[in-house]
Amino acid sequence: MYQFSGKLKTFSIVLIILGVVGIALGFYNGSNKTIDDAKHAIEASHAGGHGDSTHAVANSGEADSHSAHTAAEIAKHEEHVLHQMHNRPWSAFYVALFFSLGLTLLVLAFYAIQRVAQVGWSVVLLRVMEAITANLLPVSIFMIIILVLSAMHWNHLFPWMKEGTFDPTSENYDAVVAGKAWWINTPGFIIRSIVYLVVWNVYRFFIRKSSIKEDTANDGLKTYKKNYNASVIFLFLFMITESMMAWDWIMGFDPHWFSTLFSWYVLSTLLVSALTVIAFFTIYLRSKDALPGINDSHIHDLAKFMFGFSVFWTYLWFAQFMLIWYADIPEETTYFVARFTDYKLPFLAMVVMNFVFPVLLLINSDFKSKPWFVFIGGAVILAGHYIDVFIMVMPGTVGSQWFFGIPEIGAICFFIGLLIYTTLNAFSKANPIPKANPFLKESEHFHYYNIEHTGEDSGDHH
Amino acid sequence: MESSKVIHAFYNDDEVLMDAVKAVKADHHHIEEVFCPFPVHGLDKAMGLAPTKLAITAFFYGITGLSVAIWMTNYMMIEDWPQDIGGKPSFSWMENMPAFVPIMFELTVFFAAHLMVITFYMRSRIWPFKEAENPDPRTTDDHFLMEIPVNNNEEELTELLARTGAVEINIVDKH
Repeated sequence: MYQFSGKLKTFSIVLIILGVVGIALGFYNGSNKTIDDAKHAIEASHAGGHGDSTHAVANSGEADSHSAHTAAEIAKHEEHVLHQMHNRPWSAFYVALFFSLGLTLLVLAFYAIQRVAQVGWSVVLLRVMEAITANLLPVSIFMIIILVLSAMHWNHLFPWMKEGTFDPTSENYDAVVAGKAWWINTPGFIIRSIVYLVVWNVYRFFIRKSSIKEDTANDGLKTYKKNYNASVIFLFLFMITESMMAWDWIMGFDPHWFSTLFSWYVLSTLLVSALTVIAFFTIYLRSKDALPGINDSHIHDLAKFMFGFSVFWTYLWFAQFMLIWYADIPEETTYFVARFTDYKLPFLAMVVMNFVFPVLLLINSDFKSKPWFVFIGGAVILAGHYIDVFIMVMPGTVGSQWFFGIPEIGAICFFIGLLIYTTLNAFSKANPIPKANPFLKESEHFHYYNIEHTGEDSGDHH
Repeated sequence: MESSKVIHAFYNDDEVLMDAVKAVKADHHHIEEVFCPFPVHGLDKAMGLAPTKLAITAFFYGITGLSVAIWMTNYMMIEDWPQDIGGKPSFSWMENMPAFVPIMFELTVFFAAHLMVITFYMRSRIWPFKEAENPDPRTTDDHFLMEIPVNNNEEELTELLARTGAVEINIVDKH
């Protein structure tokens, strides 16, 4: 059994505490923002000479020349910018929260795929994946809290939650969003969110318990088959809830805009991050000799997945961009206009980090089995996909008022600390390998023919 | 021309064949060729063959395809018959580049794949209507054949091969 070392436990708790301090500081600074700060920010942005496109999109009826604005319009604009400033600590927390929740969820889905496809090679990694999904429950609780607080108007994250959006007599009336009221409405949103989280957590609770039971069941694979059936049902529900989750929790920040492949795009970001996290924990636990039966070929396979899904992400990123760019329909291009004006650097840097770098680093077959290369590639991939989620959330919530500072770093520290703590804590509570799994032998003998295993002579090639 | 006698050892299992190849190599005999009904992973390494350079050619074929795609889109869409598609009458290759990415991708793959197959055929000396080179039709079905040149050591080789689990051992004159 693996022992969660005191040093690492302290490290993860320190990260969590640092994160809490950073988040608290962010909220303190955010709540201190006044309308004067908003005025200064507007003046600064006009002096800087770059247009405030997200604002122009939000109030598309406005005239272009600033002098034509009435006093009421200026006040509305200032209030809008102030709301964006107030949103920043919330958004900073939300980005890290969603990223952490999403990648944990995708580890769970990847795990379910291993069971459904009865995958042989990955059996020695199943307990690592299971341990990572221990993170699901705490982040789900944070998620539901932040969504309920949003619905209670503690923040202005979801623009469609603004009072009067669906009321034709209100000056906040938004005909486009009101047309989607059958889907975008607060009770439906909260109910759906609870359903997604409950479905995922119920599967995670059941499969973890039942998987440990498998070790000692000795019942002619009855438990194993039951787990197979549960995973089939989960995967079916997952594909539906994951798509809907992406519409509700991410596309809801830009409720005018829509893209039919957006859910796939979110899925690809979270999946490649999930595989990277699995690789990281595998490499760490292997270095502590906590994973019997693992060899270079397992690392090689994880790196192949990281490489492959990086390309898949790029494919979806580009497919979405190119179709919208080519068709050039205003209601679709707003999404990229907002990202190209205020977020150009992270938006383009992300493509380098998520595509060019992993392709160059991981294309070589030999590099994919070297823990150091996988670690460097993975660190860039995780950072790049954090930026991806950042760019999904920020333009619709804080617009031009974004910055990468204490609230963002605090939230990242908090969720990294939480992930390390929950994962290694869960890993230390069960057998490091599912020893009664029928495919265990196949996994232990797994050897990709094209690579040499370190510490083994080359004659051992079966 | 000196007599070119070879020994043909038949195996009916790829695992047995792999171990046999290793045993023969360990005894410092030269293996001329191994005929298999399907690719056996790791056989090239066991036989001590140099790693394939096909991957390097694939890279250059891909670069060629990419260059052809860039030249072709520029010639067709910008120079020869400038087109205004989707309200983008810029007539500049760079500004229309996103529209050409699928073409660049496809031609990269097309060139790499087809030229790689042709290279492989040339390297393996295979072309249409060529007479089969494998000495026994069973190697296209369920048998593996190891061919070892003989230099007055028939008995030693036969004994060694029998020990490795060969199901049939023949000594033949090669033409």
